[in-house]
Formats: sequence, structure tokens, C-alpha cells
Amino acid sequence: MDSYFSILFTEVYKILFLLVPVLVSVAMIVWLDRRVWAFVQKRRGPNVVGPFGLFQSLADALKYMFKEIIIPASSNKLVFVLAPVVTMTLALISWAVIPFGEDFVLANINVGILYLFAVSSLGVYGIIMGGWASNSKYPFLGAIRSAAQMVSYEVSIGVIIINVLLCVGSLNLSDIVMAQQDLWFVIPLFPMFVIFFISALAETNRPPFDLPEAEAELVAGYQTEYSGMMYAMFWLGEYANILLMCAMGSVLFLGGWLSPIDIFPLNIIPSPFWLIFKILFLFILFALVKATVPRYRYDQLMKLGWKIFLPFSLFYVVLTSSFLLYFDLLPGK
Amino acid sequence: MIAHSVFFYIFSLIAIISAVMVTVSKNTVHSVFFLILDFISISCLFIMIGAEFLGMIMLIVYVGAVAVLFLFVVMMLNVAEQKGQWFSSRWDGGTHIPIGLLVSLIIFFELIIVIGGWKYKPDLLNSISVNISSDVTNTRSIGNVLYTDYILLFQISGMILLVAMIGAIVLTYRERAGVKRQSYVKQISRERDEGVDLVDVEKNKGVKIDA
Repeated sequence: MDSYFSILFTEVYKILFLLVPVLVSVAMIVWLDRRVWAFVQKRRGPNVVGPFGLFQSLADALKYMFKEIIIPASSNKLVFVLAPVVTMTLALISWAVIPFGEDFVLANINVGILYLFAVSSLGVYGIIMGGWASNSKYPFLGAIRSAAQMVSYEVSIGVIIINVLLCVGSLNLSDIVMAQQDLWFVIPLFPMFVIFFISALAETNRPPFDLPEAEAELVAGYQTEYSGMMYAMFWLGEYANILLMCAMGSVLFLGGWLSPIDIFPLNIIPSPFWLIFKILFLFILFALVKATVPRYRYDQLMKLGWKIFLPFSLFYVVLTSSFLLYFDLLPGK
Repeated sequence: MIAHSVFFYIFSLIAIISAVMVTVSKNTVHSVFFLILDFISISCLFIMIGAEFLGMIMLIVYVGAVAVLFLFVVMMLNVAEQKGQWFSSRWDGGTHIPIGLLVSLIIFFELIIVIGGWKYKPDLLNSISVNISSDVTNTRSIGNVLYTDYILLFQISGMILLVAMIGAIVLTYRERAGVKRQSYVKQISRERDEGVDLVDVEKNKGVKIDA
């Protein structure tokens, strides 16, 4: 029991060491998102609070903290309060398995990629709970939309993951990164990377797939009835999920913590920085898409997921496996 | 080992309580939420006995997809109206009761068989032909068995699922008249000649647009 508690304390220390930077970077990433968005549209964006407006998110967080939390009288109170908590928790627990370096990971579990996939598929519950418990039309419609959308795009993300796993032969995230030492998977599996990127946009309810919170139709979707810190938690959870999807994309396709080429000036940069660079690169792509692409119509969104992405990624599974089989490259022999 | 059993009892307790709450709670949506809690704690139990692959698949399939659809259906149903039908005084005789009794009887006998099987558990463990070694991950060992010895059963279950899926689509599909569908090919292949029609309009006469 004693040794158990000592393990527990070191783990808590490690978890804090991981979560605090994640939370801070979520706040910074919101600022980056707004900045990129503004620059594309030839605006300045948030530039008043602190140097370059860096502390804008901090100011926003303070504002949210001191706002009143309004719980609608006709809402289902317990579920209403639980929903942002669920969103936030699920967005944060998945960081446990992301490898930042060769031995720099909180939990190096065998089924890391399945864990990530499972947790991201649980993310839909925060939204459904919030939408249902609000007991109001717009949030409910937003929640229903979001549930259908996330379930659809999860399927194609699952098939894309199968493509990567065929090339690796392991479900462990560190193994997936180590398998990319010679060649990042973005090169042989480039179409899958594109589909993963678009599915990640849909999975995290980002524009052009932000129908669950389409402001022109649903006010703010599932968040309509939320205020103050509870709204902020939804919002933080959403951005943490976006960061997580970027991390997942960099681990699966962009070689995780590996440097692009193993030569002198590049390989002295510590491995976590490479992962952070890649996450930032993907995130800036996310922000650019938000700034440039108009919102999809709902039937187009469903059509894209089920009739284009799913058949194509299934076809690519067959292609990848036959290629690996023909050239005798199948791993794990 | 103490910590292990503490966690085992915590998760089992949550699983049992939430399983009871699924049937007891009056709000159908709450029932589904308790069902989800049940699934999650069961998958935690799976992970605790070292079957992490099964636990994760349980989370992905049941919690991530099946329960979402449950929630979908339950939220859409007008439960209050149905309650009125079930419990109202002008009840139509109850055609569901015999079927419900039959199903619950079958499940009851199955449970008795399971509890009876508990007695023969030591023999059961000896009769397992697959040797379990700890240095092979259980994902790999499941794959080794599933795609070799039990490939036929695996494929048959896949076929049954496919048939069920097609059946569900056939049952719910209905042709609707007057649905306007967007065809990208048609939109893109439109040329100026067919899209624009220049008409010389006579004075004070107007034109008929839909030809």
C-alpha cells in the first residue's frame, strides 16, 4: 500500500507537469487561431492585451470566471452541469498517451491508438448531454447534428487508422512513431492524411463543418444556454480536442517527435519541440481553413463522410494491404 | 494487490449500481446515461484483467457508437406520450406482455446456467486449449486465434451483420416523390449555352420562363 501511494504521488506530479502546459497552450492557441483568422482577412485581431495581444485569452478567462453562471429553470440540472465537465475531462485525459519523445510519455500503453480513438469518440457525449439537458430547441438540434456528424466521421477516421496500423503492426503510439524513422507516413499515405485532416475538422466541429453551432441557424448550437465558466469549459475542451487531433495527426502521419532528417543541426533539437512544431503546423492549417472555406450544408457534410471518404479509405485499406503483401513489407513477422 | 482489488470493487460496484439504475430510473434518457456508465465501468474491468484490447473495443463500439444511437432514438421518442399509453386505464389488453415474459424467462434460465457453470469453473480453466503467454500482447493473440481457428465463425457473424444492415435499410427505405437532389456533375458540366437563354422580349408582352 505504501509503495502504491508513492507511485501515485509521482504520477500526480507527472500529470500536473503535462496538463498545465496543455492548458496554457490551449489558451495560447485560441489567441493564435484568432490572429491567423484576422491576418487572412486583413484585420489585426486581438493585439491590445500584452505584447501582440498574447494575454487576450487570459483576460477572456478572467472575464468568464467573474460572469454569473445561469442554469435554466427547466433544464435537467445535474446533466446540464455535468456536460462541460465531461467535455473538458475527455479532452484532457487523452493527452496521457501522446508520446513527446522516446521515453517521454505518461502512459505507454499497448493499445494507445485505440485509447485515443475511444476517448475522441466519447467526446460526443459532452455535446449531447449539454444539448439535451438545456431543454431548449436550438441546443437540442445542435446536439443531434453534432452526434450524427461525429459518429459519421469517426468511422472514416477509424478506417484511416487501420491504414496506418497496417504499415506499423502495432497499436502502440511510440511504435507508430518509430516505424516512421525512414519515411513519414504522410508520403505513402498522402490521400489518407488529407482525409484524416478533413475528418478531424468535422470531428472537432471546426469550420467548415461547424454545423452544431452554426450561428446563423442555431444561435450557438449546444452552447446556447451556457454562460460564464461553464461556457468557457466547453470552449477550452473544444480547443483541447483540436490540439489533440493535431497531435494525433502528427503522430500518425508526420513522424511524431522525429526530426525530418537525421542530420546535425536538426537532431540536436529536443524531441518534444519537434512534436510541438508539427502540432502548431497542423493547427495553423486548421485556422487557415476556418478563415477561407464557407460552411457546408448538412446533407453535403453527410454525403462527404459516408459516400466519399468511407468508400475511398476502405479502398485504400485494400490498396495498402495488397501493396504490403506483394512487396513482402508486412510488419510483425 | 490491495489497490487492485480496491479498484475492482469500485468498478464492479459502479457497474452493478448503474445496471440497476438503468431499469429503475424513470427518465429514459437517464437510463441510457446509466447504461453508458455501465459500459465504461465494464470496460475498466476488462482493462484490469489485462484484456485492454477488448476494453477499448467495448468503449469504441458500445459507448462510442451504439449508445449514441440509443440516445438518439430515446431523445426523439415522445416518452411522456408513450407512458400514457402503457399505464393508462384504457389499456388494450397488453399484447407485449406474453412476449416480454418469454424473453425474460429465457434470460432467467440463461443466468441460472451461468451461475451453475460457476461450479465447474476449475474444469473450465483446464479445458482451454489456447496457451496464454504474457509476452504476446493480447491484441496479437486475439488476432492469431480469430483469423485462423475461428475464421469461419468470424466471417459468418460478419455476414449476419451485413444481412441485418441491408434488412434495416430495406425496411426503412421509401421512395419519396419530389425530392430535389444536388448533382455535382450536372452543376459543373453546365455550359453557358444551355444555362443562359437570350430572348428578345416584345413590348408589353412579357415572356414565359419555364419552358
